[in-house]
Amino acid sequence: MNFLNKQFATIDKNSPLELSRRQFLQATGVGGGLLVGSGFISLTIPADAATVSDAPVFNAFLKITPDNNVIVAIKHMDMGQGVSTGLTTLIAEELGARWDQIQFEFAPADATRYNNLFWGPTQGTGGSSSIANSWQQLRTAGAAAREMLQAAAAAEWKVPQAEVQIKNGVVSHGKHSSEFGVLVATASTLPAPQKPVLKDPKDFQLIGKKIPRKDSADKTNGTAIYTQDIQLPGMLTALVAYPPQLFGKAKKVDVAKAKASPGVIAVVEIPRGVAVVAENFWAANKARKLLAIEWDLSACETRSSDELFAACHEAASKTGHIVKNTGDASAALKKSEQVIEAKYEIPYLAHAAIEPLNCVVKVDKNQCEMWFASQMPTIDQMEVGKVTGLKPEQVKINSLYAGGSFGRRACAGDYVVDAAQIAKQLPGRAIKMVWTREDEILNARYRPMAVHHLRGAVSPDGKALAWQHHAVAQSIMRGTPFEGMIQGPLDNSIVEGVNDMHYAIPNLQVQGTEIPIKISTLWWRSVGHSGNAFVIETFIDQLAKSAKKDPVAFRRELLANEPRALGVLNLAAEKANWGKPLAAGVSRGIAVHKSFGTWVAQVAEVRINADKTFNVERVVCAVDCGVAVNPDVIAAQMEGGIGMGLSAALGEAITLKNGVVEQTNYHTYTPLRIDSMPKVEVHIVPSAEAPTGVGEPGLPPIAGAVGNALFAATGKPVTKLPLGNKV
Amino acid sequence: MISLTINGKKQELDIDPDTPLLWVLRDELHMTGTKLGCGMALCGACTVHMDGTPVRSCSIPVSAVANANIQTIEGMNSVAFQAVQKAWRDLDVVQCGYCQSGQIMSATALLQTNKKPTDEQIDAAMSGNLCRCATYHRIRNAIHQAADAIGKTASTVGGKA
Ligand code: FES
Ligand code: FES
Repeated sequence: MNFLNKQFATIDKNSPLELSRRQFLQATGVGGGLLVGSGFISLTIPADAATVSDAPVFNAFLKITPDNNVIVAIKHMDMGQGVSTGLTTLIAEELGARWDQIQFEFAPADATRYNNLFWGPTQGTGGSSSIANSWQQLRTAGAAAREMLQAAAAAEWKVPQAEVQIKNGVVSHGKHSSEFGVLVATASTLPAPQKPVLKDPKDFQLIGKKIPRKDSADKTNGTAIYTQDIQLPGMLTALVAYPPQLFGKAKKVDVAKAKASPGVIAVVEIPRGVAVVAENFWAANKARKLLAIEWDLSACETRSSDELFAACHEAASKTGHIVKNTGDASAALKKSEQVIEAKYEIPYLAHAAIEPLNCVVKVDKNQCEMWFASQMPTIDQMEVGKVTGLKPEQVKINSLYAGGSFGRRACAGDYVVDAAQIAKQLPGRAIKMVWTREDEILNARYRPMAVHHLRGAVSPDGKALAWQHHAVAQSIMRGTPFEGMIQGPLDNSIVEGVNDMHYAIPNLQVQGTEIPIKISTLWWRSVGHSGNAFVIETFIDQLAKSAKKDPVAFRRELLANEPRALGVLNLAAEKANWGKPLAAGVSRGIAVHKSFGTWVAQVAEVRINADKTFNVERVVCAVDCGVAVNPDVIAAQMEGGIGMGLSAALGEAITLKNGVVEQTNYHTYTPLRIDSMPKVEVHIVPSAEAPTGVGEPGLPPIAGAVGNALFAATGKPVTKLPLGNKV
Repeated sequence: MISLTINGKKQELDIDPDTPLLWVLRDELHMTGTKLGCGMALCGACTVHMDGTPVRSCSIPVSAVANANIQTIEGMNSVAFQAVQKAWRDLDVVQCGYCQSGQIMSATALLQTNKKPTDEQIDAAMSGNLCRCATYHRIRNAIHQAADAIGKTASTVGGKA
């Protein structure tokens, strides 16, 4: 195989996303250790890097077999968001392939080729960036291969290359026609075109069409392989006894009984706990219960949830870091006759993906091999390298499907490190470290709890006049390897969506305060937006009421200069028959929010029953995410975002009692079940803008939409999550 | 020695009798289509059929199923299962997919006893199966579609679910 240095389009240097790239570089400290050469987007494939099948390689993202299978390398983690369909679509489109000849493989950990273009030299998945950062890159990769096939055909048939057509997997010119397979041996050795020509969007055959998912077949017959499912010769299962609280340490450990338990191979201490390594899960699980460990919990949190909320309220009553100041909110409020005040409380949440976290590791002398769903392979390589004394590039990661993540797998110093700590004490043996559900909830990294204090007013003629907002929460990144991403004095996730709100409020002041709590937090699907959108959208309805205006009409005025916001707002309102009468006992609420570049509006229809319980019966959703690469995957992500957002809005909370998390499993931490899932309708705003993400943006509006429907019905402001099931 | 019948095949296993069926399937027999989610009969990821009835394999000791006929997703081929699987694929129900073996096992069991379930009956039968990706909306639609498909086959060829 002849692999050439095939450089393709990189990120637009003028893009605002370049900023997050720099932040990420700084944050992760990934300077050059992992980089080969200078460019972070070298698409060279080293000769030893052939992934699963040995087919002629066109570039880092694309192989074609002699029997016409097109194999696409997926550089992002598939956690259900549809990357194995969306990313393959981009290549298939430009290549001119048939959808049924497209297959995929997960790319190995290698930031020199598979970095997230928005994150600099870091490979990883998050921020709803998979399609957005790959949009030019993968289309270019597909177009380059198409031109190489055309060139090979032109040479073979002795015709001008420009006249060679490729469509539906067939290369043709006049009387000549051929499938890809017979041409790939030659085509793949040709020099890659420097500037392959991308298709005119009007010629798209696949992008924008409803085409079937690539992962449906193996996820419906039990053959899809997740980390839990890895079986290797001689593999052992490890379970870790963790302290009952974060920052706890083992003081005295008696392993005798556990060691003597049937099937146990070893008991090893690791920095965060004590691991039992056994022949199988059940043996490890039984033996773990036999460990006698005395924990030192002196460094742990001692407060309960009500004390923590009280501390947050106290912080919110003082002045915080002012992160946005337009006009003079204080003065405007002082002059207003009627000031609306609201104090919000939002709880900790757990990711609670159905697949508990797990990781398979085998440490050998000069290599460490891992099998798991890695959300940030570059970080995982660095951290495991540190633990094992290997170079990051000696850490080989075989990427697998993730049984959900919602942000949880994008973390540092966590389960991956624990697994490596165990495996390095048992070199040469594959170790599968698994967490039970209880381990997962206990060692969760929660969506931060938050308190928001708001004051607002409308002018006598019913226009929004002033908005003063103070958000208090724990920083997700401070004190972690991601700390470098914090710009300025405040972790932006605390105020995101608020300080950059799109409502034209003439006097707007946003303050934020970080509050230290000894609980581990992390990005949870849509990060700060997950709670902040609820606050903003329910407060807007309070202002609308004060202005005696319809919530949609009030928003339209404030979004007059935001055409994309208006687009989703109007579409959702129209499709939900906003303003038309509803059945008795049913009310409507609307919310609109932008996150990760994507606009979403949702209308919730809520029925309040005679016994004061309520059900969310129907949600109408409008989304503008630029070009809709796969409308059905977009709809699925909106449905899922709505379901998960509703789950949190109605019934999820992690609470602490004397510093100890009170929830342990799905009976006390209670995600939404099918009987609470509303009917969902998704409408996509047609757009020619570059695509933005959909994995997260469907989530933020729903809590506000439901809260506003309840407010419309009862007149009582809704300021606390979860809402429960009663008004 | 415990003898088991899994997907129609008799198996003799030398195993701790209190091992949950789930771990026999996964660790001993390497049949990994059946998943661990909670280990407490709360999520349904581990659903298998025991003499045709959906059960949570994480919470049944293997000693309790010695005389039963266990079906896992790997061995399913009934008319109802095929209709369910096809509907799941037609509607692209899956997201992360991790819960879906369990969902499909529960849905198949429902359609084996109720040919034309209503939304309420679907919700009741499926409410033991969590999906954190919240694919519920499509699950409901897919079960209706599978029921319709079975109905059509039955009326044309007189088949049985
Ligand atoms: S794993 Fe058995 S019900 Fe959750
Ligand atoms: S598809 Fe992810 S948990 Fe159901």
